[in-house]
Amino acid sequence: MSFFLVAFLVSTIAAATPLLLAAVGELVVEKVGVLNLGVEGMMLSGAIAGFATAHETGSVGLGVLAAIAAGMAMALLFGVISLSLQANQTATGLALTIFGRGFSALVGARYVGIPAPTLPKLHLGALSDLPVVGPVLFAQDPLVYLALVLLGLVAWGLRSTHLGLILRAVGDQHNAAHALGYPVLGIRYAAVVFGGALAGLAGGYMSLAYTPMWAQDMTAGRGWVAVALVTFAAWRPFWLLVGAWCFGALMYLSLYVQALGLPVPSALLSALPYIGTVVVLVLISRDARRIRLHRPAMLGQPFQTRG
Amino acid sequence: MRRRQFSQLLGGGAALAAAPGLIGQAQAADPLKVGFIYIGPVGDFGWSYQHDVGRQAAAAQFGDKIKTTFVENVPEGPDAEKVMNDLANSGHKLIFATSFGYMNYTLNAAKKHPGVFFEHATGYKQAPNVATYDIRFYQARFVQGVIAGRLSKAGLAGYVGSLPVPEVVQGMNAFLLGMRSVNPKARLKFVMVNSWYDPPKEGDAAKALIDQGCDIITQHTDSPAPLQAAAGRGVKGFGQSTDMVKFAKDFQLSASVDMWTPYYIKRIQDVLAGTWKSGNVWGGFDSGMLTMAPFANMPDDVAAQAKATVADIAAGKNKVFVGPLKDQSGAVKVAAGATMGDGELAGMQWLVEGVEGKLG
Repeated sequence: MSFFLVAFLVSTIAAATPLLLAAVGELVVEKVGVLNLGVEGMMLSGAIAGFATAHETGSVGLGVLAAIAAGMAMALLFGVISLSLQANQTATGLALTIFGRGFSALVGARYVGIPAPTLPKLHLGALSDLPVVGPVLFAQDPLVYLALVLLGLVAWGLRSTHLGLILRAVGDQHNAAHALGYPVLGIRYAAVVFGGALAGLAGGYMSLAYTPMWAQDMTAGRGWVAVALVTFAAWRPFWLLVGAWCFGALMYLSLYVQALGLPVPSALLSALPYIGTVVVLVLISRDARRIRLHRPAMLGQPFQTRG
Repeated sequence: MRRRQFSQLLGGGAALAAAPGLIGQAQAADPLKVGFIYIGPVGDFGWSYQHDVGRQAAAAQFGDKIKTTFVENVPEGPDAEKVMNDLANSGHKLIFATSFGYMNYTLNAAKKHPGVFFEHATGYKQAPNVATYDIRFYQARFVQGVIAGRLSKAGLAGYVGSLPVPEVVQGMNAFLLGMRSVNPKARLKFVMVNSWYDPPKEGDAAKALIDQGCDIITQHTDSPAPLQAAAGRGVKGFGQSTDMVKFAKDFQLSASVDMWTPYYIKRIQDVLAGTWKSGNVWGGFDSGMLTMAPFANMPDDVAAQAKATVADIAAGKNKVFVGPLKDQSGAVKVAAGATMGDGELAGMQWLVEGVEGKLG
C-alpha cells in the first residue's frame, strides 16, 4: 500500500509544479495591483521556446533559459500595452493568451513529433534511496525544488522585507506610493516581467521535463488554473502551495481512479479538475470579507501620474 | 503537394473560417487530384504521420500523374464535411478521410459529390462512392501481449486507451489474450484519456498505470508520450502506429506499424484505370498493411516467439479471437472452437476476463 501512496505523491508533486511556478509569478503580479490573464499564453510561449532551443542547441540548460526569456518578452508586451498605454488589463491579458496560443502553434509546427534532450532527475545519493521519503522528496527533477524555493522566497520577501512592503504599497494604494516617491510604473513593470519569467519557466517545465516534447496547446488550461489558484489562495503564498497540490492531485486522480478500475465513467473523471475549480471558486466567493481583506486594493486599476 | 494548417493561428475556433475556400481551382487536363484529411498534425509521429507516409509514397510512385493535397488537424465534426466539400469543389476526384469520426460527414459529402470517390479509414458505412478500409490492429496487439506476458514480472500490463470504441476494445482484449497465451494469470489495467492526441494526459495515464504496479505499458493514442513516460520510470513499452524507437531507445520493445502505402497506391491506380469500386478492406499481417517494428530490448527467445506468433497470424493459423472466450463476469461469450466473425469484432463492446475496469 505504501508503494502506491508514494507513487501517487511523486506523480502529484510533479503535476503540481507547473501550476505552482506560474501561480507564484501571478501572485507577485497581482500583489502590485496588476491582473495579467495571459498566463496560459506566456506558458505556451515558454514551452515552445524552451523546446525549440533545447532541440537546436542540444542543451537543456539553454532551453530553460529560453523558456524564461520568452515568458519575459510576452510579459513585457503586456506591460507596454496595459501599463504604459493603459489599455484594459483584462482584455490585454486575454489577447495575450490568444496570441500566445496561435504564435506557439505557428512556431511549433516544425517541432511536432521530434525528440529533444530532457531535464534529468536529481539523484541525491543516499537520500534518494531512503524508503518512502526518498522518492517523494529527493528524486524529483530540479525545477520541482526550484518552485518550492521560489515560493518560500516570495512568501518571505512579501511579508518580511522592505521590498515586499513597497510592492504591497503599490498594489494597495498606488497614489500614496507615488507620493512617497516610489516609481509605481517601474515597480509594476518589474513584477509583470518577473511573473512572465515564472510562467515561461512553467511552460518550459512542461515541454522539457513533464512531457518532453512539443504539442500544440500542451499546457491544456494549466495557465488558467494558475490564475484561479491565486484567487483560491486569497493572495497568500502558503495556500498557493495547498491549492497547487490539491489541483495537481485532482488532475492526476482522474486518471488514477480509472486505472483502479472503479465503475465511474471516464468522461466524468476527466471533468473532475474543472468541476473542482468551479466548486472551489464558488465556496471562496461566498466569504466576501476574506476576499476584501486580502485582495490588493488597486488590482486591475491603471496608474496615471497627475499634474 | 499543398499543405494546409487547419487550426494553427488563433487556436481552434477562430481559424475554422479560414480553411474553406483556400484551395485553388482545378484546371482542365490536370493530373488526378487526391486529397487526404488528417485528424492530427502530420508530425504527431503516430497515426497521421503514418498516413502521410502513404501519401508521400503514392506521390513518388505516380509522379506527374497525380497531385496530392493534405489538410491536417481537422476535427471530427461538421468542419470535416466542409473540408471534404472544399476538396471536391477544387477538383479532387479521390479523397481519403483518415479518422473514424469522419464517417457520417464523409457520407454527407459523398452524397453531394457523386462524381468523387471517397475512402474512409476505420469506418463501417459504405456507399456507391464511399469505400472503407482498415487494418487488423488487434493482430499486432496479440503479439505485443505475448511479449508482455513473457516479460512482465507482476503479470500486470497497462493500456493507455483513447476512447472506448470497438477498435480499442479489440486491442485491449487481443493484448490480454496474447498475455494469457503465455501466462494464464496475466491481467491488464487500462485508462481512457478521452482523446487521440493529448501528450501530457497520455503521459499522466501511463504514470497512473505504472503507479499501480503495471510493469509493461502499451498505448492506443497517437503521441509517443506514454512510451516516453514509461521510459522515464524505467518501464518498457510499445510504440503505436509507427516505430517510436527514437523516443525511447532502450525501452521500446516493438511497435505496431500501420502501412497504408500499398492500399493507397492500389486505390489511386484503380481510379487512374477507371476500375475503382466501393468495398471494404480489412488488412492484417498477411496484406502488408500491418507490420511490427524490430523486436528489441528483450531476450532472444522472447523475440523468436514474437516472430513465430506474427508468422502464425499471417498464415491464418492463429485467428486471435478463438473460443472459449469469457467476459469479465465469467460468462462464455464465444464457445470453444468458435472464431469471432468480422461483423462481431467490428461491434465489440465487451471485455474479456482478465481485463480490469469498466468501459464507458
